[in-house]
Amino acid sequence: MTFFLVASIVKILVVFTVIMVGVALLTLAERRICAWIQDRLGPNRVGPEGLLQPAADGLKNLLKEETLPGQADRLLFVLAPALAFVPALLAIAVVPFGAPLPTPWGDVPLVVADLPVGFLYILAIGSLGVYGVVLAGWSSNNKYALLGGLRSSAQMISYEIALGMSTVAVLLLAGNVTLSDVVARQQQSLFTWNVFPLGLAYFIFTVAAFAETNRLPFDLPEAEAELIAGYHTEYSAMKFSMFYIAEYANMVTASALMATLFFGGWDIPFTHWDDAPPWTVAKTLATLGVFALKVCCFLFLYIWVRWTLPRFRYDQLMALGWKVMLPLALVYIALLATAIWVLHDRLGWTYDSRFALALCGLNVLLAIPLFFVLDRGHLIASSVAEGGA
Amino acid sequence: MAIGVKVLKRPVAQTSYLRATLKGMALTLSHLLRPKVTMQYPEEKSSTDWTISPRWRGTHRMLTDEQGRAKCVACGLCPQICPANCIKLVPGEDEEGNRYPLIYEIDEFRCIFCGYCQEVCPEEAIHVGVHYENSECSRDRFVYDLERLCAQTHPVSTLWDPSDPSGE
Ligand code: SF4
Ligand code: SF4
Repeated sequence: MTFFLVASIVKILVVFTVIMVGVALLTLAERRICAWIQDRLGPNRVGPEGLLQPAADGLKNLLKEETLPGQADRLLFVLAPALAFVPALLAIAVVPFGAPLPTPWGDVPLVVADLPVGFLYILAIGSLGVYGVVLAGWSSNNKYALLGGLRSSAQMISYEIALGMSTVAVLLLAGNVTLSDVVARQQQSLFTWNVFPLGLAYFIFTVAAFAETNRLPFDLPEAEAELIAGYHTEYSAMKFSMFYIAEYANMVTASALMATLFFGGWDIPFTHWDDAPPWTVAKTLATLGVFALKVCCFLFLYIWVRWTLPRFRYDQLMALGWKVMLPLALVYIALLATAIWVLHDRLGWTYDSRFALALCGLNVLLAIPLFFVLDRGHLIASSVAEGGA
Repeated sequence: MAIGVKVLKRPVAQTSYLRATLKGMALTLSHLLRPKVTMQYPEEKSSTDWTISPRWRGTHRMLTDEQGRAKCVACGLCPQICPANCIKLVPGEDEEGNRYPLIYEIDEFRCIFCGYCQEVCPEEAIHVGVHYENSECSRDRFVYDLERLCAQTHPVSTLWDPSDPSGE
């Protein structure tokens, strides 16, 4: 018991520190990658290659003046940044990030809390994040902030459904909602990584996750061109920083989830060395490294997409969410459940590469007409129905 | 009937979302790897792509003769032509009847860097300079007196010559 407590506290502290440092470096990475995409160099003055830039920014934000709008609802105004920030960090608690670490007192599973309801917990906490944004918009007593908050709530609710649906596919395959089991299930070979049997689910999940984290092309809650800065218009100094940290922490969480749910978690591809006991420190470090690498790839994807795509119009966003993503996810689950039933119960296949590849084939078959239709833009092209004007 | 808003019909047959997105991503990725155009300013002030133009009109410089005296003969042409009225000249005369400026000041804050003073000067004394790094701790320091104008060392501007438009 004592061991469990000590191990948990150490894990919490380590994970918290790593996430905060990671978020700081991520803000720098975002600025530098954005600069490179625009053929510039980006901030490279503070420290070697600009590595101390986040520290300088943090210091600046600490020293800046805090403003409190006269008409604001004080309590909620102060509470909102924390409400945005805490769920972003909480969600990471159930993500397993490495092979168990052997210690003289026993193996320590590298996950802060290996909850039996792991995935449901993430969905629950994930939807809490919207409160911070909505309350920030509402309590500021500013029309731009309010609009940003409203947009955010509508957007998050719309895409939460698609997000949840896409993960149902994962749970169908894994037969369990514990994230450790989801990872264990994917370790058999490269093709049992869920991205192969569940390609479309991954597609839906990625799009929905972009929307959930309010990143371009879905950053309507803070659309600068229309809403000044959206829900955090009235915030300054450290409170503003908190929203920023929350945004990036959300990105980290979403990336970690993509890696865990669809890309094998901390599994090292092409080898079974890392999958089974006896656990060694080398295995732990290697799997940690691989997991970090996967997460970084998704973070890069986030940044890359942000500096490539323009923002959706609001009605397009809604149309995409309700008219494309939701039906797509529903139909996909129905088809996938049928396929799994046929393969597993009728043909009696066990879950292995062959099973995964069969599902992968199904995904490719479905993807071709889907992408053809999406690409033609019949679904999100126009804001007005044919002949509506 | 809704309010009449002009709706542009989109050419649905030609639109593409996914392909366009992928194309855009490829483009940004290629830019990510391209050489950067940024000049590291304080360390690097000119590059093969860019140097400051020799016709740049910046803060002034007064040229001096062999004895280190300002070449100005206090003819009064430059204060006369200056459209910003920022040159202050008080002429003096020595025993031999040579005119020289007792006070010669240019307020660089009022100056619009038109270069007329250089163009009009019969002695080629006052010049606008190829120089852009002017920072001071107080506004007074931007009124350059004669001593300061003579002490400047930056290159002087090659003004545009109508008889030689391309500067050869
Ligand atoms: S550059 Fe033009 S404005 Fe400036 S001092 Fe000379 S004549 Fe006056
Ligand atoms: S035009 Fe030349 S010579 Fe005449 S006052 Fe001005 S600087 Fe002196």
